[in-house]
Amino acid sequence: MSKKPTTKKTAARKPAKSKKADKAASWKRADGRAFDELRTLKIESGVLPNADGSAYIEMGRNKILCGVFGPREMHPKHNAKPNEAVLRCRYHMAPFSVDPRRSPAPSRRDQEISMVIRSALEPAVFLERYPRASIDVYLEVLEADGGTRCACINAAAVALVDAGIPMRDLVAACAVGKIEDKLIVDLGDYEDKKGQSDMPVAYMPKLGKVTLLQMDGNMSAEEAEKALNLAIEGCKKVYEVQREALKKKYGIDQPQDKPPKEFQPEESEEEPQKEEGQQ
Amino acid sequence: MSANFQDRDMVLPGDMLYEGRIRTGENTYRSQEQVYATHLGLVNYSPDNVSVVALSTGYNPLVGDVIIGEVIDIDLGEWRIDIGTQSEAVMGIPDAVDRPFRTEYVMTRVLDIGDTLVAKIVDLDRRRTPVLSILGPGLGKVYDGFIVRITPSKIPRLIGKKGSMINMIIRETGCRIAIGQNGRILISGPNREREEMVVKVINKIELEAHTSGLTNRTQEYLRQLKESSR
Amino acid sequence: MSKSNIVSHLKQKKISEVLSTGKRMDGRGFGDFRELTIKRNVLFKSEGSAEVWLGKTHVMVGVKVGTGTPFEDTPNEGVLMTNAEFTPIANAAWEPGPPNEASIELARVVDRGLRSAEVLDTAELNIISGKLVHIVFVDLYILNYDGNLIDACSAGAIAALMGAKKPVYNVVDKEAKLTGEKVPLTVRKKPVAISVIKIGDKFILDPTADEEDVMDTRLTVTFDEAGNICTMQKSGSEGLTLDEIKKCINMAQEKAPEIRAKAIGD
Repeated sequence: MSKKPTTKKTAARKPAKSKKADKAASWKRADGRAFDELRTLKIESGVLPNADGSAYIEMGRNKILCGVFGPREMHPKHNAKPNEAVLRCRYHMAPFSVDPRRSPAPSRRDQEISMVIRSALEPAVFLERYPRASIDVYLEVLEADGGTRCACINAAAVALVDAGIPMRDLVAACAVGKIEDKLIVDLGDYEDKKGQSDMPVAYMPKLGKVTLLQMDGNMSAEEAEKALNLAIEGCKKVYEVQREALKKKYGIDQPQDKPPKEFQPEESEEEPQKEEGQQ
Repeated sequence: MSANFQDRDMVLPGDMLYEGRIRTGENTYRSQEQVYATHLGLVNYSPDNVSVVALSTGYNPLVGDVIIGEVIDIDLGEWRIDIGTQSEAVMGIPDAVDRPFRTEYVMTRVLDIGDTLVAKIVDLDRRRTPVLSILGPGLGKVYDGFIVRITPSKIPRLIGKKGSMINMIIRETGCRIAIGQNGRILISGPNREREEMVVKVINKIELEAHTSGLTNRTQEYLRQLKESSR
Repeated sequence: MSKSNIVSHLKQKKISEVLSTGKRMDGRGFGDFRELTIKRNVLFKSEGSAEVWLGKTHVMVGVKVGTGTPFEDTPNEGVLMTNAEFTPIANAAWEPGPPNEASIELARVVDRGLRSAEVLDTAELNIISGKLVHIVFVDLYILNYDGNLIDACSAGAIAALMGAKKPVYNVVDKEAKLTGEKVPLTVRKKPVAISVIKIGDKFILDPTADEEDVMDTRLTVTFDEAGNICTMQKSGSEGLTLDEIKKCINMAQEKAPEIRAKAIGD
C-alpha cells in the first residue's frame, strides 16, 4: 500500500501528455543506449612499429588499424603535384571483417569510402608544406559493425598527428541516423541496416568546421539541422578520446603533469640534482 | 596575457596558444589574431615568441645538418640518397670527390647502391631537395658498424647540452658514435657487448626524453650494465 | 621481401660479423625464437581467429566457415582455402595491390601444411553430397612485418582452427536449413612450420626482417605431432648440400614441439 497519498492521486490524474513524455525519455535503442549515447570508444596511438604514425580504434565492435607513411617521395612521380603533397587514403576490409566473408579485392564501395575519408582529412593537413610528396593513410578494418567510415576518420586523424604531420586541427567523426522517427547518434550495424536515415559527419573541433557531410534516407530540413547539431556534439565527445590517446603515449595525462624544464637541452645539465629539488 | 596555456603544457594541433601580436615560432601557425599549434608537443612561451617543441615529427632538413643516409640509386652523375625526408637527397660528383673525375662507371667505386654514408646538407634546392656533400672531416662512406634509428626530435636529448650526454656515453662504453640529425645513429664498438650497451642506452633515452634527471640516470644505468657484464 | 627494397651493405657486413661470434644482432642464440604470444578467438565475426606476435611480427588469422559447391572430383568433401594479405600498414615498402610472389608463397606453404597433415576432416564438412559443402577460409593478415611470417602464420592458423566452430545444417528433402547451432571444427593434427635460414655458413631460426634481407637461402619444414614431415619448401637463391638439408631438418624438428605448444595453448 502506498504511504504517500499524493503519489497515488498524481498517478490517477496523470494526463496523457506526460505519459508520452515519460515514454520518450525512457526509450532505449536495440542495444540499450540512449538516443545520444556513443558506443564504447577506445583509441591507442603509436601501435605499429613500421609506420611513421599509427592508431588503433575500437568503436562499438568495430576494430580498425590505421598506418600513416610519409611525407615521402611520390611514386609514380608523374602523379605528384608540384605545389603540395598528395594525401592518399586507402580503406580496406579484411575478408573476415564481415559476415559472410568478403573477397580481399577492393570494391567500388571501398573506393568511394577511401575518397570520402580523404576529403574529410584534407582540410586539416598542411599539404602545401610538402610539394611532390605523398602522405599515405592506410586503413585496415579487422571487424566491421556499422559506421566504419567515421571510425576510420577518427583513427586516421590520430595517426597523422602521431606521424608528426603538421595539422590545422584534429578531425573527429560521428554519424547520426533516424530509427522509429527518432534521431540517434552513432549507429550500430543493426541501426545502420534497419534505420530510416544515416548522416555521417566529420568535424574539426577547434576550428569549428565540418569536413564531411553525407546523408542517405529520409529527413525533413529541421530534422537534418537537428541531426547535424547532434552529430557535432558526438564529434566533440570523440575528440576528447582522441586527445587522451595522443597524450597518453607520452605518459602525461593531466594538464598539470608538465614535464620539467630538462626536456629542453639548452637548460642547465651540469647540476641536474639541484633542478629536481626545485620542483 | 593572451596565452591560453602555461609554459610547457602539452598541446595538440588546433589548440589555440595565443591571441594577439607575437612572433610565431616553429610548429605553429597563425590565423588572423590567433596562433595555433600544428604538432603534438610542448608549448614554449618567451617574451616575443610562441613555439611548440614537437614530441613527434618527421625530420626537417636544414642546411648544415650532418646526416646518415643510404644510396638508393645512381643516375646521370648524381647519387640519390635516402635520408628519411619527403624527397630523396642528391649528391653530385664534385661534392664527393675533390679531384677531377669523369666516368659514370667509376661512380660505383666511390659509392654504390646500398652503401651507407655520413654527409652534410650543403643546400636545399628550389624544390627543397637536400643536396649533400661528403667532403669534410668525419664525412664519407661508412665501412664499419651498424645503424640505430630514433625519432629525430629526440636527437638533441641524445646529444645533451654541449654534447654532455653523448660524450658521457662514448666515454663509458668506448664506442665510436656518429649522430645524424635525421634520427640515425652509427655505432661501432670494441666488442658486441659494448655496442649492445649503447643500443640499450639509446632506447632508454628515446623513451624518457621528456623527463628530468636523465643524464644522471643514464650514467647510473650504464654503470649498472657494465657491472653486470663483469 | 624487405623493409625497403635495397639491401644495405653495412647491415650485411655487420650481421655476418656478429654471427661469426656465435650470436645475433639482438643477442639471441641461433636456435632461439623471439617472444611468441598467441591469443585465440579475438574476432567476434569470424568463426575462428588468432592474433600472433612473434617479436615485432604481428599477424591476425581469421577463419570463416561458409558454404558452396564442392569440387567435381570430390563431391562429398568440404573445401579449404588459404589466403595471405600483405597489408600496406605492415611495412613501408609494401604497396597496396594484388598478391605478390611472397604472399602467394606464404599462403601456399601454410595451406599445404594443413592439407598434407589432413588437419580438417573434409568429409565432416559435407552437407549435401555433390551440391553443398562447408568452405573453410583461412585468411592470414599481416599487420606488422619483422621477419618469419611463415612460422607465425602457420602457428596462428592452427590456433585459429582449434577455436573455430561451424554452423550446423539440417538436411530435409534435399534442402539444407541452418539450425542455429554451432559445433567445433575437428582439428585432427597440429602441424607447425619451422623455417631455417642460412647466412654464409650459419643456420638460424626465426629470422628478423634484417636477417631475411641478407639470407642466402631458406628451408621451411612443417612437422606434425608425431614428428613426421608434412611439407617442405626451399626458397632463396643459393643451393643446399644434403648435409645442410639434414641439419636444417634437425634444427626444425627440435623446435617444432615448443612452437606447437604455444599454438595449441598449453
